[in-house]
Amino acid sequence: MSNAVSTATRPATSDMVRRLPEYLMIWVPLLLSAAHLISFSIWTIWISFTPSTLIPVSGWVGLRNYTSVLASRNWQIAFDNLLLFGSAFVLLSLITGLLLAILLDQRIRGENVLRSIFLYPLAVSFVVTGTVWSWLLNPGIGIEKLAHDLGWASFHFDWLVNRDMAIWTIVIAAIWQSSGFAMALFLAGLRSVDADIIKAAQIDGAGPIRTYWRVILPTLWPITITVVVIQLQFAISAFDLVRALTNGGPGIATQLPALVVYDLMFQRSQLGRGAAAAVLMLLILLAVLLPYAAWRYVQRRQATHA
Amino acid sequence: MRDRAFAPSRILIYLVVTLFAAAYLAPLVVVVLNSLRTNEEIAQGSMIGWPKHLAWGNYALAWSGFCVAETCAGIRPYMLNSALITIPATIFSTLLGAIAGYAVSLWRFRGDNWIYGIVTLGLFLPQQMRLLPWTFVLRDIGLINTLSGLVLIHTIQGLSFTVLFCRNYYVAIPHELISAARIDGAGFFRIFWRIILPLSSPILIVTVIWQFTHIWNEFLYGVTFTTGQQQPVTAALIALSAAIADIPQHGVQSAAVIIAALPTLLIYLLGGRYFVRGLTAGAVK
Repeated sequence: MSNAVSTATRPATSDMVRRLPEYLMIWVPLLLSAAHLISFSIWTIWISFTPSTLIPVSGWVGLRNYTSVLASRNWQIAFDNLLLFGSAFVLLSLITGLLLAILLDQRIRGENVLRSIFLYPLAVSFVVTGTVWSWLLNPGIGIEKLAHDLGWASFHFDWLVNRDMAIWTIVIAAIWQSSGFAMALFLAGLRSVDADIIKAAQIDGAGPIRTYWRVILPTLWPITITVVVIQLQFAISAFDLVRALTNGGPGIATQLPALVVYDLMFQRSQLGRGAAAAVLMLLILLAVLLPYAAWRYVQRRQATHA
Repeated sequence: MRDRAFAPSRILIYLVVTLFAAAYLAPLVVVVLNSLRTNEEIAQGSMIGWPKHLAWGNYALAWSGFCVAETCAGIRPYMLNSALITIPATIFSTLLGAIAGYAVSLWRFRGDNWIYGIVTLGLFLPQQMRLLPWTFVLRDIGLINTLSGLVLIHTIQGLSFTVLFCRNYYVAIPHELISAARIDGAGFFRIFWRIILPLSSPILIVTVIWQFTHIWNEFLYGVTFTTGQQQPVTAALIALSAAIADIPQHGVQSAAVIIAALPTLLIYLLGGRYFVRGLTAGAVK
């Protein structure tokens, strides 16, 4: 493609000077972006092996920061919470999103309005979502109080202040915020199913439910995997929502990895351990993303060979 | 098609969909209603209720009256901060992303695939891996606790998204268009200005909406790199809830929440179609 300009016969250096603005415009932003990603990752990984506390210092402590983070109660609770929150949130938002997509796919009136309603929470910040749900779920002023005021004295809904259930309030708020995303992708998938396949199934005598179950839903697998990966990516790095909704409480019952990282880095000034926790988060993320990347690679190869 | 409007299954579908819609709308409705109730009225009952009389004063207080920490200027300075961070960072990252996206997809240069691959890794690298380095970079260049510092961060980090969006859009433009223009002697910028940019409005709208929404709603960097009067509105909302936890003013707080959420909600209402395209474009990375 570059031989198109070879008709120009200027000395190479003056050509370079003439094209300097172009090189700058292409390379400076891309290099800044690439360089910050690589150097920041390497630097954080390096710090995680140093005895840094208040300020970064050189030195080598091997895996000591990692073992101390992994042994801390804070991290263990955060990790357990992540497993529970991650799986519950992803599964429930998949089910909700798929159900909404199937319902919207039934040629119903007002589809556009309904779709906008299911998607608007995505435009709102996690801070706003967390704040609003912290009011609704607060037994003293929210849903429980309303039920009591209406005369249902035995009604109990105190998950927000209940150590065992508080993590579920984050699940609820996260589903409210982002199941619309799953819906949007599933709906796009449903709409792109080949009409002929559906007709063929109907001619074979399959009812609407059977058609869905046997013919349409199986085509949604690739979308499902994409949705799962993106939602997991959100779950692993969830911070704002928890900060606004429970701030990790009651106690440290709703601690999540991102909160542990922040706490170590900026509240306890344990830079080495904070960096180690951040690297652990990255490893958890890679455990999700690498299989996904491999799957995508295989899919693409099959697509090009087909 | 036979008329199935009154079949029981249709009624069930409408019923379920309506219930879901009500559940999704409920939090917004509750906050809007609360923003119009007095603090006393809410304190007597619950957060969920109909205003007895409309307390518009909540909005005035939320906008410029109530106190966060020692300053009593309402949410206005923080809204201004968010605007001063979001608008420049959105413009810079979109413009640079469009040029870079054009360069890697149509202009082509040695190493383009490599650098593009690395840049898009930014979609996956957790913020936590960049928190400490940004802290020291901002400190070294004197931008810690400044709005410019956040503009810089969001511009550089936003590039991962904007380059991806624009590149994926531009690869569909026929390459012959560019080759022909190059033979005619048109340079990099001329082709961008004359050929690429006029074709770009859909993707630029998607990118601007995506960037604006994300930067406006961002919290972690805002709360880490700025304090007090320099904070964006998301961080200020958290500071506000903490500051008045002892004597809650839920009416005023609700008004503040509505004001803080309004810019992105308005953008969503006006450009919903493009908003959804951004979501799905980001998903098919």
